[in-house]
Amino acid sequence: MSRLLEKLRFFKTHKEPFADGHGVTTDEDRAWEQGYRQRWQHDKVVRSTHGVNCTGSCSWKIYVKDGLVTWETQQTDYPRTRPDLPNHEPRGCPRGASYSWYIYSANRLKYPKVRQQLMSLWREAKETHKDPVKAWESIVTDPAKAKSYKQARGMGGFVRANWQEVNEIIAASNVYTAKEYGPDRISGFSPIPAMSMVSYAAGARYLSLIGGNCLSFYDWYCDLPPASPQVWGEQTDVPESADWYNSNYIIVWGSNVPQTRTPDAHFLTEVRYKGTKTCVITSDYSEASKFGDTWLSPRQGTDSALAMAFGHVILKEFYVNKQSQYFQDYVTRYTDMPMLVMLEPGEKVLNQGRFLRAADLVDNLGEDNNPDWKTIAINSKDQRLTSPNGAIGYRWGEKGKWNLEQKDKQGAVDLQLSLKDNHDEVVEVGFPYFGSAPHEYEYFQHTDHDEVQIRKIPAKKVELANGETAYVATVFDLMLAQYGVDNGMNDENRAKDYSDNVPYTPAWQEHITGVKPEDVIRVATEFGRNADKTKGRSMVIVGAAINHWYHMDMSYRGLINMLMMCGCIGQSGGGWAHYVGQEKLRPQTGWQPLAFGLDWQRPPRHMNGTSFFYNHSDQWRYEKLDMSEVVSPLANKDKWSSTILDYNTRAERMGWLPSAPQLGTNPLGLVKAAEEAGMDVKDYIVDQLKKGDLKFACEQPDDPKNFPRSMFIWRSNLLGSSGKGHEYMLKHLLGTKHGLLGKDLGEFGGKKPEDVEWIDEAPEGKVDLLTTLDFRMSTTCLYSDIVLPTATWYEKDDMNTSDMHPFIHPLTAAVDPVWEAQSDWDIFKGIAKDFSRLSQGHLGVEQDVVTVPLQHDSPGELAQPYGGKAWWKGEIEAIPGKTMPNITVVERDYPNTYHRFTSLGPLMDKLGNGGKGINWNTKEEVEFLGKLNRTHVEEGANQGRPKIETAIDACETILSLAPETNGHVAVKAWAALGELTGRDHTHLAKPKEEEKIRFRDIVAQPRKIISSPTWSGLEDEHVSYNAGYTNVHEFIPWRTITGRQQFYQDHEWMRDFGETLCAYKPPINLKTVAPVLNKRQNGNKEIVLNWITPHQKWGIHSTYSDNLLMQTLSRGGPIVWISEIDAKAAGIEDNDWMEIFNVNGSICARAVVSQRVPEGMSMMYHAQERILNMPGSELTGTRGGIHNSVTRVVMKPTHMIGGYAQQAYGFNYYGTVGCNRDEFVVVRKMDKVDFLDTE
Amino acid sequence: MDYINMLAFGVYPYIALAVFFIGTWIRYDREQYTWKTSSSQMLESKQLRKGSLPFHIGIIGIFFGHLVGLLTPKPIWYALGVSNELKQWVAIIMGGIFGVICLYGLVILVNRRMNNVRVRVNSSSMDIFLLWILLAQLVLGLISIFYSVSHVTHGAEGEKAAVMVALMTWAQNIVTLDPVQAVAAVANNPVDWVFKLHVVLGMTIFLIFPFSRLVHMFSVPVQYITRQHQVVRKKFAKPTY
Repeated sequence: MSRLLEKLRFFKTHKEPFADGHGVTTDEDRAWEQGYRQRWQHDKVVRSTHGVNCTGSCSWKIYVKDGLVTWETQQTDYPRTRPDLPNHEPRGCPRGASYSWYIYSANRLKYPKVRQQLMSLWREAKETHKDPVKAWESIVTDPAKAKSYKQARGMGGFVRANWQEVNEIIAASNVYTAKEYGPDRISGFSPIPAMSMVSYAAGARYLSLIGGNCLSFYDWYCDLPPASPQVWGEQTDVPESADWYNSNYIIVWGSNVPQTRTPDAHFLTEVRYKGTKTCVITSDYSEASKFGDTWLSPRQGTDSALAMAFGHVILKEFYVNKQSQYFQDYVTRYTDMPMLVMLEPGEKVLNQGRFLRAADLVDNLGEDNNPDWKTIAINSKDQRLTSPNGAIGYRWGEKGKWNLEQKDKQGAVDLQLSLKDNHDEVVEVGFPYFGSAPHEYEYFQHTDHDEVQIRKIPAKKVELANGETAYVATVFDLMLAQYGVDNGMNDENRAKDYSDNVPYTPAWQEHITGVKPEDVIRVATEFGRNADKTKGRSMVIVGAAINHWYHMDMSYRGLINMLMMCGCIGQSGGGWAHYVGQEKLRPQTGWQPLAFGLDWQRPPRHMNGTSFFYNHSDQWRYEKLDMSEVVSPLANKDKWSSTILDYNTRAERMGWLPSAPQLGTNPLGLVKAAEEAGMDVKDYIVDQLKKGDLKFACEQPDDPKNFPRSMFIWRSNLLGSSGKGHEYMLKHLLGTKHGLLGKDLGEFGGKKPEDVEWIDEAPEGKVDLLTTLDFRMSTTCLYSDIVLPTATWYEKDDMNTSDMHPFIHPLTAAVDPVWEAQSDWDIFKGIAKDFSRLSQGHLGVEQDVVTVPLQHDSPGELAQPYGGKAWWKGEIEAIPGKTMPNITVVERDYPNTYHRFTSLGPLMDKLGNGGKGINWNTKEEVEFLGKLNRTHVEEGANQGRPKIETAIDACETILSLAPETNGHVAVKAWAALGELTGRDHTHLAKPKEEEKIRFRDIVAQPRKIISSPTWSGLEDEHVSYNAGYTNVHEFIPWRTITGRQQFYQDHEWMRDFGETLCAYKPPINLKTVAPVLNKRQNGNKEIVLNWITPHQKWGIHSTYSDNLLMQTLSRGGPIVWISEIDAKAAGIEDNDWMEIFNVNGSICARAVVSQRVPEGMSMMYHAQERILNMPGSELTGTRGGIHNSVTRVVMKPTHMIGGYAQQAYGFNYYGTVGCNRDEFVVVRKMDKVDFLDTE
Repeated sequence: MDYINMLAFGVYPYIALAVFFIGTWIRYDREQYTWKTSSSQMLESKQLRKGSLPFHIGIIGIFFGHLVGLLTPKPIWYALGVSNELKQWVAIIMGGIFGVICLYGLVILVNRRMNNVRVRVNSSSMDIFLLWILLAQLVLGLISIFYSVSHVTHGAEGEKAAVMVALMTWAQNIVTLDPVQAVAAVANNPVDWVFKLHVVLGMTIFLIFPFSRLVHMFSVPVQYITRQHQVVRKKFAKPTY
């Protein structure tokens, strides 16, 4: 019946009053309720996931009704596990379940937007200049015009544009920048390819084809644990969460499993039902604490002290008091413990030197290939020196001996762990101790031990090739000494028992961490005893909490040492489970050619993010940390008197770290210049550099010719989330309003860099064009010049993998992108098209000079066996690829950028594919892709090449090329590795040789990937994925100097920093509070607290933090947690507005006063957007900032080391990291809360 | 002339009323989610508050004035002792007051809709057209007051205000389905162009009614004032379609 007629039944309606006429029962029509019921109906279900760097990679059902996404629920069809192992499903969390809110929310970006001032300038310029490139030039070369739009960044005022117009602006700016300054002045930042690998590849492919820089993220986020490359030569490799269930003893250390690994937490719960014991170590009473049979709460930042004490107990109990046969065998075979270290004469005693190498010995000990890179041990049977298989020298230049068989060229060997019973002499060796330095606010405790601890070491005398005699000792003996464990050699400086206050006993650590010694002894003993009995089934789950400190490598090496001592690495249910960032891009080797354009030209330009941002946002201009504060008391202090940036520029020039921009001139002109000079281009550049006529760009970062002129940010909220030194970025990179409260080195007379040009007036607004792609209006978007609306995770085709499980997931387009949004792939395709068009007449086929650092997993990792020397000071000859970065020429065909973008290039046929030091022929896969995706038939630069037009084409390209998703390639890859190791590994992939995973397969159901040599674990029916498994069970060496897991680090800079062996290093003094404390008071008490920025409960980084549903569950705006004690001292009550500040800037937030937080700590869940409920600061004259407004990056030179086996550069593998937890802030209650509504 | 009069005052009213009734019915039945005021208060609220309230007070007054004034048969007025002159004076004064209040609000609303960027870009062409047609109709109505003043004394004694009476006759004949008499009432009296225009434009408003936001006037929640605090709808109410 008609709705209208229904309304007209006035006299027929039946009404019955109740409750004395306060209520009425009617029989009116209820059909309208259907509308609400339909809200939860659907007419199709589509599989997708969330690309949000949460490591979840959960499969979701997306419900669609009438072309609208209505909601989502967890998928439950994961592939099965095996008997006696729980299934994975269901996986998901409230954050993911709230995602569909975004799609139609007010926060959704619907149209391309341009900053209004820039738009007016552009339209004006286009009237006078027909050529868009000239139009762009006319804007950015006019300082007044450029300033007018740069200073408006973050101040609102976007206007709607159309795709044609924005693509033209972006392309024009890129063409102009490449032509005028060089393509390496264009950079892109996008993190975590694993979360949506095609979307990442879209931008990276465009940038790589035009010669722009891709900036790394894992190190910048400080999610990269530098300890991992140092110990294993591996970026990060960890067990899948299902392997927790195979463990019998788990330490959860600084990882909030239920909160940040929500979909996987069930395995931790389940294994506790099985009887596994758990110890949770967190400074605050976090959600994870409830999972512990024991909860230990060390003072934050002192975890390495606790780890050292654990190590002390393990060494004492299982290596000295009683000897575990399993542990002894394991460390002898799989670690560097039996390797010999040279002891060098020092001032009073001997110092720990570098590893003894074959080249040090007479006749290179018979090793002619790479004798500098073959480490030496003693064969216990005949006490002869031996160079056992597996050292990195065996990896390059010869075949078949790079393996962990207990052999050398004479046959089987049995390496000797200790020289205690076979020494020539007992010598005194100095061990640096850092725990005696007082902290600036006396928050962290120190002890009064000497800064050099002297210990007696059994040593042998060795005849060297140069005729000298050297003392050598094993790493094992040095380890016992470092840990202070008595080895029965009457060393009065070592601990007699656990209650001795000697570094690093349980009693000693109590002064530093506050943890009771008996707890330390009990946990360490249980951990070791379990590992001994179960052959390594003890595990440490560890998170970013302890990795974000300046000396994070000490905490990590401390706990990795425990695992290695107990033989847990590479064993099921054991090992190092570091879950920080969704770093595991499982089909990595199939993805790399697509992402970095390796199919058309090699090498790409990669840059380490931390150094880039430290440099270009001028954070170095405010540097207060002196290297003399952090180096070893045994190091030569004169050598460490320069500033951090000096060491970074030295690292770049020695070929250790990459550079962006690379050289202080446009690299497109260098080939021509060399031709004019009649020289080979390499020789020409070396000559120019040596003369000083040409400089590295890093020597003049504030020179306008070296500015990072154009930047793309996609899949990232750099300025709202990961941008350490937020206010510095606003000031120097963007040139807009900022809240910086400190002074620079020039203003307060600090020590300026020696190697870097200082300009008194710091540049502001270095970036000419900041383009951001997002689906929501994030903080970064607000600060950008151009904002491009991208497809959400329910509107595009893509792929997603995680380290938490072995499956590969699709993202699929449940609905088309709404409004004018486009997928990242289509956006960059569009930009590439306009770039090709506009480049004509400006750029043609160009010769681009690219500098490449000495790469890990390439022969370059053997470049500098005895450390680096400064060629620019004449200390050594400048040889590209040896003593300085390699210099290569890449031909770029600019007008054909679009054609190249949309097809698979010919280098795949010519050079093959590979990764991590191995290579295989991939012709068949290219042919196959030509059939699957079809080939380009039209005449042009890509005729006959396989198509990569759509995102699905791109997915198929990845899946076909990668060993993890193409069984045939996996077999080829294992065979390629077998050539190096001399062992047959193909049995690991043979059973799955015919398995080919394609995009539609994973849309039907997530698929488990195929085992490949790219990774160190296996995917099969018998074991869960666990890192190091193939190293241990297939005898594949770790990619380190000894080929074994490293307790010892022997690079010169590591020795200078006193980090040869793991040590306790206290948090550093950043000196950011004193200049502002009690200087501008508001009548409320100011207190000083440590600044901790953990992951949040109601968001994944900044995503979801602005989602209404999540805000409703949380508190609807920025919050900071403080302890009850501190709150009382400062007169703060729960929910009061507080201002948090130091010289770096200021934040406004409301207080959460909680017993969870220990005294002296303040905790702000990181990445709460500053776009929501944010009042003005009482100090800065602008709005309060994000958690990074009070931070600034401080880099550690040991992370700059390169050209040295495992310490060699790799994108996201090694490099400086952006730590931020040593920071302190002033906290006070706000007097006046002003939301600046009239602004 | 007869032809035009027939078309404008005899045929057009039925076209307009037919579209009004049938169109409204269809829209109510089929497009429930479009049945709304389309408020732009989210985009701009200050001017809206200034303009909307006087506009609505004015227009509601005018609406009921027209409704009662045009459709109440003469004998009822006489029985109540209301003479034509008195009725016309009441119409002039009340209409003038409400008209001015309405005009004040409407000018603010028109200005807001045309010149506020956010409101403008979110307006449909019907939203804009509607405001202009209402403004035109209101201005015509206000102009007609001056004519009415001079008309009060027109006509024979006892039959004063003849033009007003002619328009009442027209309206009442239209609703009683007697177009011939209706047209005659307009054609045989000296009805000024301003009234004719006002009537035709008024018919046009009926015509566009189902296609505009005007439909919201059918859903004014007057019931809220009197209904019980709690309304329970029966679970097993017979489905009506």
